[in-house]
Amino acid sequence: MIGYIKSIFRALASLLTGMKVTLIEFFTPKITEQYPENRATLKINGRFCGELVMPHDENGKNRCIACGLCQMACPNGAIKITSAMEPDPETGRQKKHLVKYEYDLGSCMFCHLCVNACPHHAIEFTTDFEHAVFTRSKLIKTLNKQ
Amino acid sequence: MEAAAVWSDAGDGMFKVPAGAFRALAERLRKEEGFDFLRSLTGMDWGEEGLGCVYHLENTSTGENIVLATADPDRDNAALPSVHDLWKGALINEREAYDFFGIKFIGHPDLRRFFLRDDWKGYPLRKDYDMSLNPLNMENEGNEDEAPGYEMTPDGGYILKRHPLFEEEEYVINIGPQHPATHGVLRFRVSLEGETIKKIDVHSGYIHRGIEKLCESMTYPQTLGFTDRLDYLGAMQNRHALCACIEKAMGLEVSERIQYIRTIMDELQRIDSHLLFIACLCQDMGALEVFFLGFRDREKVLDILEQTTGGRLIQTYNTIGGVQADIHPDFVRKTKEFIKYMRPKLREYHDIFTGNVIARNRLIGTGVLSREDAISFGATGGTGRASGWACDVRKRHPYAMYGKVDFQEITFTEGDCFARYMVRVKEIEQSLNIIEQLVDNIPEGEWQMKVKPVIKLPEGAWYTAVEGSRGEFGVYLESRGDKSPYRLKFRSTGLPLVSCIDTISRNAKIADLIAIGGTLDYVVPDIDR
Amino acid sequence: MFDFGIITGWIHTQLTSLMPEGLAIFLECVLIGICLLLLYVVIAIIMIYMERKVCAAFQCRLGPTRVGPWGSIQVICDVFKMLTKEIISIRHSDRFLYNLAPYIVILASVMAFACLPISRGLEILDFNVGVLFLMAASSIGIVGILLAGWSSNSKYSLIGAMRSGAQMISYELSVGLSILTIVVLTDTMQFSEIVMRQADGWFIFKGHIPAVIAFIIYLIAGNAEVNRGPFDLPEAESELTAGYHTEYSGMHFGLFYVAEFVNLFIISGIAATIFLGGWMPLHIPGLDGFNAVMDAIPGFIWFFAKAFFVVWLLMWIKWTFPRLRIDQILTLEWKYLVPIGLLNLLLMVIVVVFNLHF
Repeated sequence: MIGYIKSIFRALASLLTGMKVTLIEFFTPKITEQYPENRATLKINGRFCGELVMPHDENGKNRCIACGLCQMACPNGAIKITSAMEPDPETGRQKKHLVKYEYDLGSCMFCHLCVNACPHHAIEFTTDFEHAVFTRSKLIKTLNKQ
Repeated sequence: MEAAAVWSDAGDGMFKVPAGAFRALAERLRKEEGFDFLRSLTGMDWGEEGLGCVYHLENTSTGENIVLATADPDRDNAALPSVHDLWKGALINEREAYDFFGIKFIGHPDLRRFFLRDDWKGYPLRKDYDMSLNPLNMENEGNEDEAPGYEMTPDGGYILKRHPLFEEEEYVINIGPQHPATHGVLRFRVSLEGETIKKIDVHSGYIHRGIEKLCESMTYPQTLGFTDRLDYLGAMQNRHALCACIEKAMGLEVSERIQYIRTIMDELQRIDSHLLFIACLCQDMGALEVFFLGFRDREKVLDILEQTTGGRLIQTYNTIGGVQADIHPDFVRKTKEFIKYMRPKLREYHDIFTGNVIARNRLIGTGVLSREDAISFGATGGTGRASGWACDVRKRHPYAMYGKVDFQEITFTEGDCFARYMVRVKEIEQSLNIIEQLVDNIPEGEWQMKVKPVIKLPEGAWYTAVEGSRGEFGVYLESRGDKSPYRLKFRSTGLPLVSCIDTISRNAKIADLIAIGGTLDYVVPDIDR
Repeated sequence: MFDFGIITGWIHTQLTSLMPEGLAIFLECVLIGICLLLLYVVIAIIMIYMERKVCAAFQCRLGPTRVGPWGSIQVICDVFKMLTKEIISIRHSDRFLYNLAPYIVILASVMAFACLPISRGLEILDFNVGVLFLMAASSIGIVGILLAGWSSNSKYSLIGAMRSGAQMISYELSVGLSILTIVVLTDTMQFSEIVMRQADGWFIFKGHIPAVIAFIIYLIAGNAEVNRGPFDLPEAESELTAGYHTEYSGMHFGLFYVAEFVNLFIISGIAATIFLGGWMPLHIPGLDGFNAVMDAIPGFIWFFAKAFFVVWLLMWIKWTFPRLRIDQILTLEWKYLVPIGLLNLLLMVIVVVFNLHF
């Protein structure tokens, strides 16, 4: 009998401790990120992998030499390089030249292998994370400026 | 050792046993030598040598390890003796090997396919499998209510027998594949009597991606990307295991800095996983409040991880011979802040959930897994430790920095849901301790060793295990000297956990099944691979 | 304290002067019915909005913020969404019972709702056995839930319905016992009378220990009665996906949903009425100035404030605790609440007989 009454009070005490925690939570500031509204103040960690880009300098030149190492390194075949042989204006010798660098964001798994493989740091990841599009074909991006 | 067994030296080394002598040897190892833990069972296609299996065994009292391999050269009708009666963990692992290689395990009571559909043609992990055999199938899969099994006949042959899974009058209910408490697409067919569970039949494979098969056509660096997608709450540890395995095969010793970083990352990942475990368990049991508390605190870990690795769930951090990038300049400060933040927060979980009379009544005494069963099923991780089995790989086979840090292996003896819950909560504290010991002393050094651009491994077979977030995560790698693996097998942490669910849920209530599933803490992509 | 009976009486005399009495009463019934249903819907919308905001606050989040200021239009949009959704009929279901079930649930709920005395003179159903009528009316809801589970031809629904049957029938007892404790104190079963007797102090104060125990038992049992967490087993989203209403869609589901929330309000309203004085303002004997200030606040504000406070209390409980298991729910009722309730009733009788109450 005493055990029975004790168990009731112990149970009530445990329930009240739990309720105390929730009551404190009720009045603490909330942690919700109000995403589209807070875009201006949103801080993305610098290393976040959003999508692959090919940086261009002020003259619109990139560092890609169309060697194809990134294409070979990619496990998913997300990179497709079209290259052409053109004579180099300085030396006059035939040199490989990038025509089109296609990147399929839809099949990229952000494994970094392409970036690691690139000998000239021609490609890198940016923190852009807003990728929503209406058709899959829009995820196939051409990275080099033509 | 058995006279018929041949020691093979390549890689870690293993005993090759002819199929005829295997069963007797296995029985002797189990019963006389005390090898009670089947760490891993790997189906193999050795081409000319036939189809076979590799068994990794461990003696849990002495810590001795042994690797056995056996094969049947008859590719069309490969048959091996089943060892499910010696190690219960073989029950589902043999089904997996049957599913992928078509090896008939004589004496196995329930030799259905496990991951693939029942009407699948061919055995996909065989080297001669024709990819065009199974075009996209838009038909619904029927329910197989009979389990085929091959039984030995006195003349040494075997016959096919069918056992009914459920009787006609049983009240069978599907829990999953789309169910809030199965934590992913896993399906239980549950036979009920009122609210009491009579039997559970586990169906898996809804997100089977054939990662092991995929890996066979990838170069070694390319295989790494898949490990993050197995147990997504143990991405760091999984990748650590594969990298360590490849490094072992290459004979590459990584610098101390890398070891430190990997250890800290593994522990952060473990805290992340355990917080999610608490959150999801509470959510399953209806305490939604704790779910949000857990996610709120987990966010802090993810922030730290994201800052260094660039990923939140899929981190792609470890590489062969190093890590992807050096730790972020803020990493040490933020990690220390987190440790300071997390310790008092644990008190909150105890107040709201651990001490709660409802939670205690529901968890204490339900779903008891005995120590013997835990070992026999190979249910490692928190589940095994809750049953009193000190199965922590960090202590059994120390790797990275774990041999040098001071931490306690949490074990309980009850083996019930509450013990499984408590193990994880206490392990968060231990992980915080480990990080605290390491984070201030990260030595200077390289964070990426020099590795050739094209990695080729010598011939041989290696097995490396790490303590994943929910148990022993092992990588078995067999190489034939190419730049891609001949066979890569991941020892799933979740598969043994799911295989024991039938045993521990019998005569429990539906609500208990939810608590049991929650505390076993499996992750479905890790089971399915 | 303003008496709404003056207005209703005036309407009645105006109508009878224009038409025969039978027609007037019929017209009044229609008018009251419409007002009741409107109030029902408004309360449901407020309750759903409140649930979202309160549960969000407990869970360190903000809740709806997008539609309207502080997300206030969100629920109304949801109602329209629900109305436009298709009502799916299930193969092999018992079509008639399947379609009937939500209406039984809502009918029971509306009938119980009509018993609440909102302010002086604003009582719709006010019998001398009001308490019994309320208990009877609210029990009809169980039939609807059982029918829903049975007729859906779904195993989940059936288990949910079975659970709710066992649970609600058991907890009816404790609700009855705790109300009976107060009936012993008041010696009336008429809700308007119960409120009037609390003019000199609410029953939770007047009845002190037994009343407080009865209040706690009532809160627990009432919570179970309306299938709210931690007693939400018939729905138990992590076990039975949605329990008895798994197979319902569109407005049929909406009716279950609305009924659940208004039932919560009814339970809170009854608690406010019989324990916290209903629309009766807080009176402290001796402090006449204070009492006069309290009287200036209209009765319906008192009533809704008290009812929503109890609602908040129940939400606090729901969002803190894990769910019970079916056997524990029955253990709690039959081994704890019923014996304690009976003893408490005895205690109250002693208190009343020896005039120990205030």
